[in-house]
Amino acid sequence: MTARQATRVPTRRNVELALLLLVILVLFVFQTAVEIALLGELTQTAFWLVGLMGAAMLVAHVLVRIFAPYADPVLLPCGAMLTGIGVVFIRRLDMSAVVFSEEAQALVQVYPTVEDRAALGLFDDPGGRQLMYLFAAVAVFAAFLWLVRDHRNLSRYPFILGLTGILMAASPAIIGQEINGSKLWIDLGFASVQPSEFAKLLLLIFFAYYLVRKREVLSLASRKFLGIPFPRAKDLIPVLVVWLVSLLIMIGIRDLGTSLLFFGLFVAMLYIATERISWIIIGLSLFTGGVLLIYPFFSHLQLRVSIWLDPFADPNGDGRQLVQSLIGLGSGGLFGAGPGAGQPQATNPAANSDFILSGLGEELGLFGLTAILMVYLLLVARGMRAGLGVRDSFGKLVAGGLAFSVGFQLFVVLGGVTKLIPLTGQTAPYMAAGGSSLLANWVLLAMLVRLSDAGRRPQAAPAGPIKIAPPPAPVDDSPTQIVSVPQLAKEPGTGSDPGSDGPPTDPYRTSPSTTPEVKP
Amino acid sequence: MNAPLRRVTIVVIVLFSLLFLNLNWVQFAEHDFYQNNAYNDRVTIAEYSRQRGSIVAGSETLADSVPTEDGDEYKYRRQYPLNEPFAHLTGYQSLVYGDSGLEQTENQILSGEDPRLFVDRLSELFTGTEVAGGNVVLSIEPEIQLAAWEAITGVSEGQVGAAVVLDPRSGRVLAQVSAPSYDPNPLASHDNQESSEAWTAYTSDPSNPMLDRSTRELYPPGSTMKVVVAAAALAAGMTPETEISSGNSYTPPNAGTTITNSENQCPEDELTLQEALTRSCNTSFAKLCVEELGPEPIAEMAEALGFGQQLTTPLGVEASQWGDLSDPAFLAQACIGQHEVKLTVMQDAMLSAAVANGGSLMSPQLIREIQAPNQTTLEFGPEDELSNPFSADVAADLRKMMENVVSASNGTGANARIEGFTVGGKTGTAQHGVDENGNDLPEHGWFTGYAFNGDGEPVVAVSVFLAAAGDGGSGEATRIAGELMRLALE
Repeated sequence: MTARQATRVPTRRNVELALLLLVILVLFVFQTAVEIALLGELTQTAFWLVGLMGAAMLVAHVLVRIFAPYADPVLLPCGAMLTGIGVVFIRRLDMSAVVFSEEAQALVQVYPTVEDRAALGLFDDPGGRQLMYLFAAVAVFAAFLWLVRDHRNLSRYPFILGLTGILMAASPAIIGQEINGSKLWIDLGFASVQPSEFAKLLLLIFFAYYLVRKREVLSLASRKFLGIPFPRAKDLIPVLVVWLVSLLIMIGIRDLGTSLLFFGLFVAMLYIATERISWIIIGLSLFTGGVLLIYPFFSHLQLRVSIWLDPFADPNGDGRQLVQSLIGLGSGGLFGAGPGAGQPQATNPAANSDFILSGLGEELGLFGLTAILMVYLLLVARGMRAGLGVRDSFGKLVAGGLAFSVGFQLFVVLGGVTKLIPLTGQTAPYMAAGGSSLLANWVLLAMLVRLSDAGRRPQAAPAGPIKIAPPPAPVDDSPTQIVSVPQLAKEPGTGSDPGSDGPPTDPYRTSPSTTPEVKP
Repeated sequence: MNAPLRRVTIVVIVLFSLLFLNLNWVQFAEHDFYQNNAYNDRVTIAEYSRQRGSIVAGSETLADSVPTEDGDEYKYRRQYPLNEPFAHLTGYQSLVYGDSGLEQTENQILSGEDPRLFVDRLSELFTGTEVAGGNVVLSIEPEIQLAAWEAITGVSEGQVGAAVVLDPRSGRVLAQVSAPSYDPNPLASHDNQESSEAWTAYTSDPSNPMLDRSTRELYPPGSTMKVVVAAAALAAGMTPETEISSGNSYTPPNAGTTITNSENQCPEDELTLQEALTRSCNTSFAKLCVEELGPEPIAEMAEALGFGQQLTTPLGVEASQWGDLSDPAFLAQACIGQHEVKLTVMQDAMLSAAVANGGSLMSPQLIREIQAPNQTTLEFGPEDELSNPFSADVAADLRKMMENVVSASNGTGANARIEGFTVGGKTGTAQHGVDENGNDLPEHGWFTGYAFNGDGEPVVAVSVFLAAAGDGGSGEATRIAGELMRLALE
């Protein structure tokens, strides 16, 4: 393959910069279309809104340059794109929001005239708050990269993290508020927090720590059934514990989605650690069995399932949101009503959280929603790639778990609002209104950035200028990033990139590898 | 651990593929189902957020959309400035009760969804300026319409009636009035309470004001049916001078009732066809049908004149019917416009229009023009010949006979005379059942006729119908018809 030794590993930061500028351009176009549809003109707010978001993204980019210079250049733009679309769309929903008026005994618009909408402040309403959460998210992103220079440090206090994770996951069951039949939130007085979002990350780290240590044991097979080797009975105990806890959480917070997410994440990581398909079979059977077991005693779950089976049975009551979500998506068709031209507030009041993807599907159509789906898939694939690239088992498990959790959560959310599976209280990662979710997902992004940096960074030069290049990677670990980077790095105006002031780069060089041929 | 990582990636891709396939199902395959779903408010909201086009007649606006006050969920409200006299034409656009009338049939153009307005909508996308819907210009002449409304409602308190005025040369409808009527404005209110109160009031009113009596209801035509019989007789080879059997009473075979004349005005044993029509001799026409013509020529002529056919003007016109002619007793009654013969007021006007236009019957048409929002013409209303029921010679003979009805000293249509113009027509008086005591209900009064202008052009055909107007009803209808024709001649 590529046998040439290069003297430098490209950091590919300029690719990230270019992608971020593209993201900012897309967001500006999106905001412009929204304003023209809803205000009839492009206002200064569009420049401020996209400018501030762009500034935050560029700050994040600079911080990646400093703290994780070898990170995958696609991760941050994916997260930024999805978050930015969320901010713009939540703000757009604010403009056409409706409230129930006691006087009129009907839903009335909060901002009935164009002037009212145009006067909507940059930091007003959920859209304005989401913009502030974006700043906070970038701060958390930066703090993580600054504090956690080596992802292996995360495995130092596994039991503290694990215990905190379980407590956080279970906390809403005890002190949570009930919203839409589920108890996912804790009211802290000044803000509502959705602790399961953070609990997911903590538990994920704990799972990774635990599985790395137990993978040998868990991989042992005792007997075969239908040709598939199954584990020993006593090794089932930890799995049963997680299963029981996730069922208890489901009963406690009355949300199938969170439970499904936790358990699915655990099973996926178990499989990645042991490579035993039997664990997936055991996991799925346990979960299905558990759900069937508690189903008769769990009216909220029954309701969710009956709505899923026939949303039109009660189209103005229990089924209303799903009916309106489907009608919105269906009305959007292939091309959508256009940004700002749909009626996504019909799924009120969850239009900006659980049902934000229906709203986007209504206005951007099948094509637009598929594009968004592709951005998510890109993020997942790049996360998985970080797992392939990183050298230690713990890192691989964390990366795989993080990437899977994003993909799986999106499946649960979008599957729910499109009637593929029953609705749950989960929200679309990065997009849905809500600080907890956004902050947690940017921590997740920071972890993937850290892991991808660890995977690509030359081992001889953990920081600072690179002297020795690692050897080429096996080609199957570096499928896509070969040609375009050096060309981009040579473009004028990118000279400040610390990776671009060296000798000419070799366009055919591959990325660094997990299996170095030459030890430094 | 790389192999399972890749496999998990594939699992995620499979999950995303399921999402994608399902999205295709919801957004593409089921698009129409959801778009037209009963629980989909989006279409309505979108409809009300664009300025709907106007319905216009002459210099009058019959329906237009005005911006709502702040806080209304919908941006525009529909209003009907001339309300009642035009309500059956415009119909209403209601959030709760849907659309009716031209608001319904012309919705595509009014709402701006018409493909011909696609370019306007496209420019809207780029310029951001909101494009209104297209306009519908009617052939209605508001002056005649209002005069007809005033005349019918002026006959008596709560008078039920209808009038249709046509241009025989083009089929254009110059007036189409139905009384009683209703005010469509409250139905178009965005206040659901107001619209539901109005709806309840209209639908529970025993006089049924929302029924369009000019086109949607069938009535026995009485002696105006004799125009059809005369046409059939002439087409069968008779002339206005052909002597036909007459007398003041006639009992058809198998019939239990004897046919008489209203004022014993036809005592002679034989009269010419023209004289029989002029005096409106029931006996002569009953005998003519039973003894000379038979059922087929009557049915064929009626069909050629538009009976049995639903029309679209583009408002719907019910199919007029000749009913069962198989028995001589039925046939005799049918030929004097009783028994099962029933027609719309529109059909009645079409009889005269066919005669005046030399045997060429034009399809009635309400639309003069379809306009883009900027008032450029997209399309003119069609001018199509519906049928050719009889030859120009027969038409000329019929004209001679019908003009005699108006001009002769003993003619029944004298009330329709217009100084200096040629007017032809036929009156009608129709029985329509008995009340609970077995007494005959007051009879319907009819007049169908036409007038030629100074250049010899047949410019107007008319039918006026006064329900249960009793004695003098047809005379009153004839007077009103004369008045409307005079307006059309001006």
